[in-house]
Amino acid sequence: MAEEMKVIYERPKSWANKVTHYCPGCTHGVAHRLIAELVDEMDLIDKTIAVWPVGCAVFGYEYFNFDSVEAAHGRAPAMATGIKVTNPDDFVFTYQGDGDIASIGMAEVVHAAARGWPITVIFINNGNYGMTGGQMAPTTLLGQKTTTTPMGRAPQLNGYPIRLPEMLAQLDGPAYIARVSLDSPVNIRKAKASMRKAFNAQIRGIGFSLVECLSTCPTNWQLTPVESMERIRKEVMAYYPLGEFKVAEGVL
Amino acid sequence: MERVSIDEQRCKSCSLCVSVCPVKILMISDRLNARGFRPAECTDQAKCTSCGWCAVVCPDVAIELHREVKA
Amino acid sequence: MSEKVLMKGAEALAEGAIRAGCRFYFGYPITPQNETPEYMSRRLAEVGGRFVQAESEVASINMVYGAACAGVRVMTSSSSPGISLMQEGISYISGSGVPCVVMNAMRGGPGLGNVAPAQADYLQAVKGGGNGDYKRIVLAPASIQEGVDLFVDAFDLADKYRMVVMVIVDGLIGQMMEPVEFKTTVDVASLKKPDWATTGRHGRDHANIISSLMMDTATLEKWNLELQAKYAQVTETETRIEEYEMADAEYAIVAYGTMARIAKTTVRTARAKGVKLGLLRPITVWPFPTKQLQKYVGQIKGALTVELAYRQLFEDVELALCGKVPLGWYGRGGGVVPGPQEILAAFEEQFGKGR
Repeated sequence: MAEEMKVIYERPKSWANKVTHYCPGCTHGVAHRLIAELVDEMDLIDKTIAVWPVGCAVFGYEYFNFDSVEAAHGRAPAMATGIKVTNPDDFVFTYQGDGDIASIGMAEVVHAAARGWPITVIFINNGNYGMTGGQMAPTTLLGQKTTTTPMGRAPQLNGYPIRLPEMLAQLDGPAYIARVSLDSPVNIRKAKASMRKAFNAQIRGIGFSLVECLSTCPTNWQLTPVESMERIRKEVMAYYPLGEFKVAEGVL
Repeated sequence: MERVSIDEQRCKSCSLCVSVCPVKILMISDRLNARGFRPAECTDQAKCTSCGWCAVVCPDVAIELHREVKA
Repeated sequence: MSEKVLMKGAEALAEGAIRAGCRFYFGYPITPQNETPEYMSRRLAEVGGRFVQAESEVASINMVYGAACAGVRVMTSSSSPGISLMQEGISYISGSGVPCVVMNAMRGGPGLGNVAPAQADYLQAVKGGGNGDYKRIVLAPASIQEGVDLFVDAFDLADKYRMVVMVIVDGLIGQMMEPVEFKTTVDVASLKKPDWATTGRHGRDHANIISSLMMDTATLEKWNLELQAKYAQVTETETRIEEYEMADAEYAIVAYGTMARIAKTTVRTARAKGVKLGLLRPITVWPFPTKQLQKYVGQIKGALTVELAYRQLFEDVELALCGKVPLGWYGRGGGVVPGPQEILAAFEEQFGKGR
């Protein structure tokens, strides 16, 4: 006798049915999945325009069933601004890695935040430049070895890491700025809740929103996926604390 | 339909689901998929508590979960 | 005493630059030359140099500008989209008359394109992608060894003429591995310190100012005329070309870099079939070897330009030979690299069997 089954979890409709190019265990897949779930739950698939970066997520548009554009390296917030101004009722988000947003794209994201216009930025922090082979990123930790910090990052040679949400929260423009982590099921659920708030900050027209997601890069960290999640907890969170750094009135 | 459905062709053998399952019913199988990965599998469907953690952590959206409706 | 080492292009060229006296590198990762900054990050400290990973290519070229003002041997490297970002900086460096070396490992474009080999930044390199009347010397090696050798010339030329020297390679040269010999090692201590550098007066009886800004029109015109005279001098003395099997050639292929290397096989194959085909390979694409090409007017019955681009090198060949020699063109884009047979087929299609 066949039993009736209810859905506990099914693949989101806005998720395109393709196997991703991401490495095994890479949390880009998790962040992508959360976005797809939220787009479904908040009924945004017909109104979404995503702006993809240069980095591992350069092919991100392959995995979603909504409109997407490809930006030049670091310029996604500028492109998103152009898109939002011409499509003010649509949901416009950028998805950027640590190099894209905090290195070459620092000016663009600071000014998008200062403008305060309602676009949403999803920032994936995995502490290195994955796509190009593991060079230092602005979020590489002191002491961390990368292909351009072979002796470990040292301030006198390579400067200090950057905490972006803390910086941007000082501006008057942003409506919602947060840092979350994708290291565990509990934190992934909290990350989704944060992203929902960020999406709402835009949908309700309140203002600019940004969520930084602590993420893994097993390949360039030279750890297994499980060890990589552990590294976030043991090393990354100490420098990059989780939390909401700006929550404007009306953001839920 | 099972409680835990893992699409073996999507799975990249990352083992994150194996590491988070609270009842330890997920493990990496001996089979090879078309991409050369050994997919995860559920070894005891009856023990699944439908906590959802495997699906939450899976980066490849390879896992779907269902549960029998109680009469 | 040098020995042959098997090395990847992007790393060998970095070592070549260091042997040529480069002690400062400012750059940003971009495929297909990531190995260059990575190599520099390991090696420069060993020779008392400094490596800085900049936040972008715009920052990189401006860091280079600052270091160049100090009169040191400095370089950056990038690939097509990053070189586009450097155009402003290259214009400033050229307008200020300070030396530096910029390497471009060209890839498919336009825009983000792909990471496969191309020669589609030719016009950007030789006609100038930045604003104003300036030129830069552009060297185009066809192998890793030649690239290593040309880096010595690149820094010498940059210092001698106080110009930007570009070394253009492509993703193929950047990513392949070949045996390479480092024949020259420059003694950096013996390099003359330029008297124009801004290094702090330290007792100097006058201040040094380096700027490309000249509000007075007569002053800016005079400076431009000086630059033009310099470029005429460079054109007169520094043009280089390889003329391969050209002594009795009835037809010529014109190509540079990787494409020329492939075309050499086409020349040999054609010769075996009795076709008197030769190769004209510009080594400096600026200054373009116009006179050297024109030497063959009256001798050759046709010239086929072959490039990994769409009629970019061809423009300069046309300028040199249009109306004087029948011209053909063959090229591939998108990172596709044709083999020697494909080029031979294109030659036969455009010039007949050539006998």
